[in-house]
Amino acid sequence: MPLKKNIATSEAGFVFNPATGDSFAANPLAAEVLKLLQAGHDLAAIRAQLLERYDVPAHQLQHDLDDFIWQLTSFQLLEE
Amino acid sequence: MKLPYERPTLRRLTAGTLSKFGPQAGAGVRPVAEVAGASVPALLAQFGSPLFVLSERQLRRSAQALRRSFGTRYPRVQLAWSYKTNYLNAVCRVFHQEGAWAEVVSGFELEKALGNGVPGHHILFNGPSKTAADLARAAEVDAVVHLDSFDELRALLAVAAGRPRPVRVAVRVNLDAGLPQRWDRFGFNLENGQAWQAVQQVAAAPDLALVGLHCHLGTFVLEPAAYGTAAAKLAALAQRATHELHQTIDYLDLGGGFPSLNTLKGSYLPGPDLVPDLDEYAAAVAEALLGAGFAPEALPLLVLEAGRALVDEAGYLLGTVLATKQLPDGRRATVLDFGVNLLFTAYWYDHLISPVRADAGRPEPTVLYGPLCMNIDVVRETALLPPLGPGDQLVVHRVGAYNMSQWQQFITLRPNVILLDLQGNSHIIREAETLEYVQQPERVPEHLL
Repeated sequence: MPLKKNIATSEAGFVFNPATGDSFAANPLAAEVLKLLQAGHDLAAIRAQLLERYDVPAHQLQHDLDDFIWQLTSFQLLEE
Repeated sequence: MKLPYERPTLRRLTAGTLSKFGPQAGAGVRPVAEVAGASVPALLAQFGSPLFVLSERQLRRSAQALRRSFGTRYPRVQLAWSYKTNYLNAVCRVFHQEGAWAEVVSGFELEKALGNGVPGHHILFNGPSKTAADLARAAEVDAVVHLDSFDELRALLAVAAGRPRPVRVAVRVNLDAGLPQRWDRFGFNLENGQAWQAVQQVAAAPDLALVGLHCHLGTFVLEPAAYGTAAAKLAALAQRATHELHQTIDYLDLGGGFPSLNTLKGSYLPGPDLVPDLDEYAAAVAEALLGAGFAPEALPLLVLEAGRALVDEAGYLLGTVLATKQLPDGRRATVLDFGVNLLFTAYWYDHLISPVRADAGRPEPTVLYGPLCMNIDVVRETALLPPLGPGDQLVVHRVGAYNMSQWQQFITLRPNVILLDLQGNSHIIREAETLEYVQQPERVPEHLL
């Protein structure tokens, strides 16, 4: 589920969808996930990478990433 | 060493709704780990979640502040605690210790007030639904009956006949105080002459003693000037009774309706920025009464039936997050262990809700749902809170009024209510309900056993 190619993101977490005009503020971890998605990583790889770096139980990260993907879907930021 | 974790969140930026009143948006985000000097996690660990907490110190402070506001402007002031606002006995007794009479609106509340040691002659009996038995009980204990209708007057005359002493009566008046919404369903209308007719009939009844005039303007009234108008009109009615009927009116009761600092739904400004100070109400009332033409020695007692303004600030509801989820429209949703069953006032207010944990991360908008399997169970349509997870604790502020009397035993049981006394000691003042308690009045027909 890659990020749409026209979505603009910044290091500071600003996200812009030129197709809809919507803009978003991502917190640091969300910005990191978006960057990994843009780089073409799949969700399992992203999860593994984050588990290595962050102090979080695996089940919570899974839950939060699932929620985040739902959010990206509802904001129309992912490829169909 | 791993990095601290904060859930990934994405917040849609909405142009056009940015507010120059910045602190409003962030007001709920400040963590609150203590209420009235007590640790929230410790209280929840000891008494369970959810939990209502009342601060005795704040209850007393509020009563003293009201007395100070009015008492420094008018020489004769009496508070009558509005039982329906919170009739937990411990709360009522704090106010009675602070010198408050009782204002009751049912036979049930009348008995509670008597049980709390309030002498009958310090009980004001309002309400539109007094039964013959209620009226007889009020007469027996010498409470003042605040008359609501001519039918009630007839019922009271029947009850009063043959008693050793006249039944004390106040005429409840509804009037135009300039407010957009007029509460005209209670009592007798002033402008159409009904109130004067009621005063005449009571004054002419040998079994009744007319001692007061009463009005109640509404609820959460944000216009201090309306109280001045009401005071002037009641004062004029009292003077007419004196001049035309030689009837001295002992007290003028301006009812309640004073707001707390809660934020009404739909209000642009938060309560603390919008609600007038009690001093403004006191100034309007005192100016009207002192300028009404009473002789200094004949100034009537001013009675106030404040409820919400005295108890709201002292109450907290502590609770816990049960779950979080993502809604299809992209909004965050948080499910709490308390809902509109306990927090009835969630229908009226955008309650200030604070997280307990300080390091909870960047705030995001979330819907706050209660635990009921009902679509209406929404505590806040949107609140700006840090990312929350199961087990995180929250504090709801200013919940002392109405919630502990209008709450429902619905789907879940009602929790413990504790009072933190002046020394910081905690006392359970209403125990958490049990299945046995709830089922005790039920009966199962034999064929279903």
